[in-house]
Amino acid sequence: MDIRWRHDIDRVLSEAKEQKRPVLLDFSAAPM
Amino acid sequence: MYPDERVARFITDNFIAARVHVRDQAGDFVRFGERFNAQWTPTILELDPDGVERHRIEGYLPADDFLGQLTLGLGHMAFKRGDFGEAEKRFREVVDKLPRSDAAAEALYWAGVSRYKKSGDASALGETAHAFKQRYTDSPWAKKASVWSA
Repeated sequence: MDIRWRHDIDRVLSEAKEQKRPVLLDFSAAPM
Repeated sequence: MYPDERVARFITDNFIAARVHVRDQAGDFVRFGERFNAQWTPTILELDPDGVERHRIEGYLPADDFLGQLTLGLGHMAFKRGDFGEAEKRFREVVDKLPRSDAAAEALYWAGVSRYKKSGDASALGETAHAFKQRYTDSPWAKKASVWSA
């Protein structure tokens, strides 16, 4: 399975608070 | 790390996965890099729902070690919110399922602490110190637990 990476970080942080869900934030240089 | 099916499943089941790319999102990399003090790749942060960093992984890890760190981070997250039962469950998961991973000795230590915090029973600490006489004997966590020996 593929991970569904999100790139809209501000929106992710807002949704995490609303959904009470942790965030995995990856600072990456891997090919996109 | 990420191509591993177990890693992908674990992340999907437990987190909202977000990525900032050093070149393709250069502006965001600087902005969020400053906010979260991340200057190197890969830097992987586990944030609680309020956006507070609870665990940090810097540099590449093989899949088992990465899974161990991710699980350890969820344990620390539960511990910080005072959910010691969930914290112990996560820490034991590392020790039981990934006993050879780098995170296992730390997880054994915090599993004992979590059990003590939940129960108030000091024998949880003594049993943890005893467990460190059988495994992870050379780890710094064994030294930390040695003070609990009866």
